[in-house]
Amino acid sequence: MQFRLERRREPSRFMLYATPVAAVLLTMIIGAIIFSAIGFDGIGAVREIFLTPLTNSYKWQDLGVKAAPLIIIGVGLSISYRANVWNIGAEGQYIMGGLAATWVALASHGAGGWWTLPAMMLAGTAGGAAYGAIPALLKTRLNVNEILTSLMLTYASVQLIYYLVRAPWKDPMGMGFPQTRRFASEALLPNIFPGTIVHAGVPIAIIVALVAWFIMSRSVFGYQMRVVGAAPHAARYGGFSENKTIWLALLVSGGLAGLAGMLEVAGPFQRMVPGFPTNYGFTAIIVAFLGRLNPLGVIFAGIVMAITFVGGEVAQTTIGLSNSATGVFQAMMLFFLLAGDILVRYRLRRVAPQTEAGI
Amino acid sequence: MTLELVIAIIVTVVGASTPILIAALGELVVEKSGVLNLGVEGMMLVGAITGFVVVFTTGNHYLAILLAAGAGVATSMIFGFLTLSLSANQTATGLALTIFGTGFSALAGQGYSARPVTLLGPLFPAELAAHPVWRVLFGYSALVYFSFVMVFAVWWFLKKTRSGLILRAVGENDHSAHSIGYSVVAVRYGAVAFGGAMAGIAGACFPLLLTPQWAERMTAGRGWIAVALVVFASWKPFRLLAGAYLFGLVMTMELYAKAGGGPLSAIPAELWAAMPYLATVVVLVLISIRRDASSNAPACLGRPFLPSN
Amino acid sequence: MTLNRRNLLKIGGAAAALPLLGSKAFAQTEPLKVGFVLVGTINDNGWNYAHNQGRLYLEEQLGDAVETVYVENVPEGPDCERVLRELAQQGCKLIFATSFGFGDSVIKVAEQFPDITFEHATGYMRADNVGTYNARFHEGRAVCGTIAGHMSKTGKAGYIGSFPIPEVVMGINSFVLAARKINPDFTITPVYISTWNDPAKEADAARAMIDQGIDIIAQHTDGPAALQVAEERGIVGGFGQGADMSAFAPQAQLTSIIDNWGPHYVKTAQAVLDGTWESKDSWPGLAEGEVMIGEYGPKVPEDVVAAAEAVKNGQIDGSFNIFTGPINDHTGAEKVAAGVTLTDAELLSMDWYVEGVIPPA
Repeated sequence: MQFRLERRREPSRFMLYATPVAAVLLTMIIGAIIFSAIGFDGIGAVREIFLTPLTNSYKWQDLGVKAAPLIIIGVGLSISYRANVWNIGAEGQYIMGGLAATWVALASHGAGGWWTLPAMMLAGTAGGAAYGAIPALLKTRLNVNEILTSLMLTYASVQLIYYLVRAPWKDPMGMGFPQTRRFASEALLPNIFPGTIVHAGVPIAIIVALVAWFIMSRSVFGYQMRVVGAAPHAARYGGFSENKTIWLALLVSGGLAGLAGMLEVAGPFQRMVPGFPTNYGFTAIIVAFLGRLNPLGVIFAGIVMAITFVGGEVAQTTIGLSNSATGVFQAMMLFFLLAGDILVRYRLRRVAPQTEAGI
Repeated sequence: MTLELVIAIIVTVVGASTPILIAALGELVVEKSGVLNLGVEGMMLVGAITGFVVVFTTGNHYLAILLAAGAGVATSMIFGFLTLSLSANQTATGLALTIFGTGFSALAGQGYSARPVTLLGPLFPAELAAHPVWRVLFGYSALVYFSFVMVFAVWWFLKKTRSGLILRAVGENDHSAHSIGYSVVAVRYGAVAFGGAMAGIAGACFPLLLTPQWAERMTAGRGWIAVALVVFASWKPFRLLAGAYLFGLVMTMELYAKAGGGPLSAIPAELWAAMPYLATVVVLVLISIRRDASSNAPACLGRPFLPSN
Repeated sequence: MTLNRRNLLKIGGAAAALPLLGSKAFAQTEPLKVGFVLVGTINDNGWNYAHNQGRLYLEEQLGDAVETVYVENVPEGPDCERVLRELAQQGCKLIFATSFGFGDSVIKVAEQFPDITFEHATGYMRADNVGTYNARFHEGRAVCGTIAGHMSKTGKAGYIGSFPIPEVVMGINSFVLAARKINPDFTITPVYISTWNDPAKEADAARAMIDQGIDIIAQHTDGPAALQVAEERGIVGGFGQGADMSAFAPQAQLTSIIDNWGPHYVKTAQAVLDGTWESKDSWPGLAEGEVMIGEYGPKVPEDVVAAAEAVKNGQIDGSFNIFTGPINDHTGAEKVAAGVTLTDAELLSMDWYVEGVIPPA
């Protein structure tokens, strides 16, 4: 008996939704088996990583706060990837957004007001978009591969943080430690539920995803992005400009990453520190794929990723599972998810062997 | 600057450049076949822990290098299976591979952290390297000579052999290569495996060549520098050699300048660290302006191959 | 019924359910749960390793009275906040946060959990339920500096640091002040590598120093990489940082500064158990045994050991303080007058180098 992959006429909608769920379930089952086999508490690990964050209502606020930046960046990236523009420098755009917002917060320190947060938001979005504009410019003008430029720029931006917090922006009262001063209260995001840590970034993330979903599925802009991505040649005949799409994709994904950077620095961080780059930009790439490049799917995916992060810490404290084991679990989930992709576009057909000696 | 200091700097630069050169040579072949594997850092870490554990348990450095290469191949096959057999997205798979390699190596390395090993000794007898000038030529371990040999081998393979031609054709136009009867997927599997082996050896350079210990995440981002380097060298092996040494010089000169004083020590550490990446962007722009060289970039880089059967 | 692992688990499960029924009645027998938040891995041979050793010591000393958990590789920032709340929610009544960058998070979470005691290592922000603690590593540096002053042939030492924070600057100054009491021409070159853990870069920094005439290396980063280079090159030597590193450099390690957090953890946990804990800054050193000097290496001659021991004992009995003037800054101008000793507050904000340091640009 042999199996053969056969291309589907249309991507399977069932598989589109079923494979991410199956990937998570498979990770739980196979993860439990493998980890038990090598001497860990495999079932406990799965329970603590995947279930405890969901069943313990106290953890929900953590999930929201951890998922919010992943969702915002993931939404921007899914729009970009739909258009076949491979921005993998969201981490750098997130950093530049955070730095631009920090600049506003520091410059207005002591002279801020109601306008400080909106100004920081604008600056953050603009900072991220501007950093996304560099690969866009190079791609449209000189046809330079955006995957490579956006990645390189990310590593340069990390060094920019280190420099700024070590030298010109260093907190004068901070005992020489490399970090900025704590932002004034006008420059801090308000908590929306008293007594929790849920800040304004969480509802913003949901709104961003919903708006993006609406635009992508219901507007000419969304149609253009999807057409250029799916069939660039057809799009050219349809009068859609490929260059315009590249610009839009990088500005939108960069801008949203910058917005996420602003929300993080003004929300949980409250000052710029060298530890600001927390890989949200890279994790969001995975979130975008886990969410099937659909803004609503990205909400789901962002929460799933947040569960594994939060659950990984739970597992460390409750069953002593090391941090590295959580990384292996995450990678395993991604592998299953990526492997499942093919079932969306192909179906598995059983074929009878044609000749006995054929193999 | 005395001659002795110059020689000492050269020796240190060689050490810093060798792992990124080896890893980048592997990635160059992978990219030439049209595949972008961003999991270099992860494969290097798997190679580093494998190399460490083997040398710790057997004391045999050459076996350690061999098994590190094997571990790199094994890790790269996860990437190969997902992206080539299942045509998963290469960027996302590469990132996932780095997460995997980081986690796996840390897990496997638990309990090995307080254990020293010995470095791989020089290849040639000490008498040959006694004089400082001869030391520049004969004072290194086999890994260094291996990296030079591989530069030539990769160049020769890509330029002079039929297999190399096929590999380039696959990277340039996968559908044409497919239609004239070459197995795109098989060629790419071979390239990815070679990339894995080289990344594994590059990882093993850390405990065997640079600092004889195991530390979690001890490659500290060199895998990303290797990815940058391939682009910086515009996919040419001899430029890669020059680029690796330029990057190694940048990484090393910062420390020599700071330890010795002088005008270079005034450059902020962060600028030194950002330099390889910024230089790569500049090179990308330059090769795009000079159209002749840009054709060297594999046209199918990063795109999944989906035969329209 | 034999008591096997499964039964134990059952009993354990029942015990865990009991507090829900009436926790007050059982409060006496419940162990104090102590949480540790670590910025790196416990396998780093340095800073985090030492804190974990302290945790194990605490378990060993107080036995059933305490139960400990740790979380490693916690990034500085919001992730730390989450981990702290996680520990608080799991019933930890005493939490040690062991990296400077955790400070903001500790203060925030401590506000939400006023009945939990927090202790923040190397920090300076305190609250009613937040104390700070550190160790006077610079006392150990004075011992190392004394050995360096005696043994260095070139009179030049290198110092690999991560960032120029006061703790690092203090260590450099202490080292060179001690060395210059022996060799007035002694100099030290700090090299900051902007990372706590990149062993290959540390090793290259050590090579860069040795190639330029430095024959003593000290480091303020987390691993043994620099010492291994010292061993390989056969220079006079270097010093273990945080823990004994003689396994990595049997000849080159002249001695080591050992972080011994155990006694502080035992004392603090006991105070919480007794209800006598109060918020303060705890900054003990050699005298209290929180900083220890390890074995002297085989290369260190008798008379140098004696000199080093004298400096160590002087600091233990209080007769000697490395930061007593006269002290000049690196330009040669007098910074501390004769007979004056720098206060703790002055030390904790130290951002200037003493004479003999070749300041980084």
